Amino acid sequence: MEYQNLFTQTQVTGPASRGVPINAYDMRERTHSIGFSHLMGRLGNAQIGPVYLGRLGVASLIFGMTAFFIIGMNMLAQVGWNPLQFVRKLFWLSLDAPAPKYGLTFPPMNEGGWWLIVGLFSTISIMLWWLRTFRRAQALGMGTHVPWAFASAIWLFLVLGLIRPVLMGSWSEGVPFGIFSHLDWTAALSIRYGNLFYNPFHMLSIVFLYGSVLLFAMHGATILAVSRFGGEREIEQIVDRGTASERAALFWRWTMGFNATMESIHRWAWWFAVLTPLTGGIGILLTGTVVDNWYLWGVKHNMAPTYPAIYGTVSDPALKAPSAPVATGEKK
Amino acid sequence: MKNVRQKIAIAFSVLAIVLLTACERPPVESKQTGYRGTGMDQINNPRTQEKLAKINEMPASTPASPDGPKAGAVYQNVKVLGNLSTAQFGAFMVSMTSWVAPKEGCAYCHNVQNFADDSVYTKTVARRMIQMNQQINSNWNDHVKVTGVTCYTCHRGNNIPQNVWFNPVEKQGGGMLGNKNGQNDPLVGSAYASLPNNSFGSYFLANSSAARVIGDTALPTGHKATLQSTENVYGVMSHMSHSLGVNCTYCHNSRAFSSWEQSTPQRVQAWYGIQMLKDLNTNYMDSLASTFPDNRKGPGGDVAKANCATCHQGVNKPLLGQSMLKDYPYLAPNRDMPKDSTHIAAK
Repeated sequence: MEYQNLFTQTQVTGPASRGVPINAYDMRERTHSIGFSHLMGRLGNAQIGPVYLGRLGVASLIFGMTAFFIIGMNMLAQVGWNPLQFVRKLFWLSLDAPAPKYGLTFPPMNEGGWWLIVGLFSTISIMLWWLRTFRRAQALGMGTHVPWAFASAIWLFLVLGLIRPVLMGSWSEGVPFGIFSHLDWTAALSIRYGNLFYNPFHMLSIVFLYGSVLLFAMHGATILAVSRFGGEREIEQIVDRGTASERAALFWRWTMGFNATMESIHRWAWWFAVLTPLTGGIGILLTGTVVDNWYLWGVKHNMAPTYPAIYGTVSDPALKAPSAPVATGEKK
Repeated sequence: MKNVRQKIAIAFSVLAIVLLTACERPPVESKQTGYRGTGMDQINNPRTQEKLAKINEMPASTPASPDGPKAGAVYQNVKVLGNLSTAQFGAFMVSMTSWVAPKEGCAYCHNVQNFADDSVYTKTVARRMIQMNQQINSNWNDHVKVTGVTCYTCHRGNNIPQNVWFNPVEKQGGGMLGNKNGQNDPLVGSAYASLPNNSFGSYFLANSSAARVIGDTALPTGHKATLQSTENVYGVMSHMSHSLGVNCTYCHNSRAFSSWEQSTPQRVQAWYGIQMLKDLNTNYMDSLASTFPDNRKGPGGDVAKANCATCHQGVNKPLLGQSMLKDYPYLAPNRDMPKDSTHIAAK
């Protein structure tokens, strides 16, 4: 039962591996100290480092940490610089987008100016980090699958904070920087635009999200289950299947008649993961810009069923002459 | 090594137990209220219901005969309740004292040397509040049905009802940082969410805007409600839900919040409640602005105003739907009285 464990059971320690040398510059940018951590080894590789920081990494960290610091200072100021209140209310605190009256102009610092600066800095930071992953992948002679998968997430981030607010003509449409506040924003966006569940791209995004989870569970479980036969040596098994791979394949053919291969399963996983934010971003982009109420859009396209009116006839009371004197101003 | 593992395991177990204490313990009762598959249901915790039943017990009431000389003829300076019998008038004064000023007694509103004197401001306020009761019970039946209200519905033995609101004061202080934006604070006004927690002024005063933020056509046709106004509505709706102890689905079908056709009849009643608040806050509370002393006013110098929690106090029908009006018929002039105190409001 040794192999059925949450954590890696076997840790082989040897001399530190410095990785393939590429060129002198590249070697200079790598950190030289390499450590070993037994605890990390239980989750992954016990060797920590070398880290390649480079100019892009340093610039990205500076911008990212500045954005993080500005958010933190804004939150601290909101609780009167009281560190205990900061911890207590951390989940509630938020740096909010400008009010709608400012449109796409630059508002006063305390009314959304900081939000815009944080948005700019975090965007720069993320773009630089993306470039860094791209350059490192190239330096190692790898494919650029990781940066393109990352780009899919960045697409959703840019739609939420930059592209859609610009198309809507107001920064106020952007997402606040806060834990509960960004969740409230999500719910408010869905409510304002008539229920995002009727947005077909939102549906696709959910399909790919849950599909990713399913694929990850199936793949992880399959490999773990054949690890007693050497199942983790997936790359070799693409060309030389071996008994682990054959048993895993047969298992799925027995149970569902079809199996992915040691190669194709990773394509499945990559595409499902990449398509999650890609389709989600399209769904957000269409919200408010070309569709104002997704529920009514769903009704129009026959995707929302009608249910029996079991409460009788309920109608908008504002349309009736009120039976009691109504203070003015209900319907503008 | 084993020792360390044990310690880690114990630490995690303690953490898990501490986290669980944030939850309500089961069982809770869920009741389907709509067509199958629509998710229309209400969740109630029987232990919370028990507590609420205790808080909402009816106070002792004092019926009095309407026969005999009229209060307006016997006493001086009786402006609102003049056509009550002196027996009714006396009984009502005693009841009102026990509802609003049980500790202070008559002197809370009256100059005890001369009860007819209007020199104590609370007397002027009380008179206006009696008129407000009559207005609610006579003209806002769309909301209070025949159950109606008395002073006790809101006051419950307190000088000032426990749930009132004031206009928020913008505290920007000219600083560069620290703008909470009227939200992001665990306060009761937004049911402890990070939503805007004091938007009552936008919906519960005369001439305030409608809460209709959701697009009314599939494609954009110039409807321009912002996400911020949506969050304001969301905050006020959370307040409503919290004040009544109900879920969103008590009124709305959450697949289409704005659709009246799919809503429950309770939503119509709630809509009239909002209209009623506009009337009461503007025509009754705000009109007392010059009467109230400064120490009774909010930080912005405005008078205390009502929201859903003022009467409801955690239950969907204040005092669990029990009517006190049969002993105080003069609080509801111009309409029929309920036959008994446990009358269920229904049309």
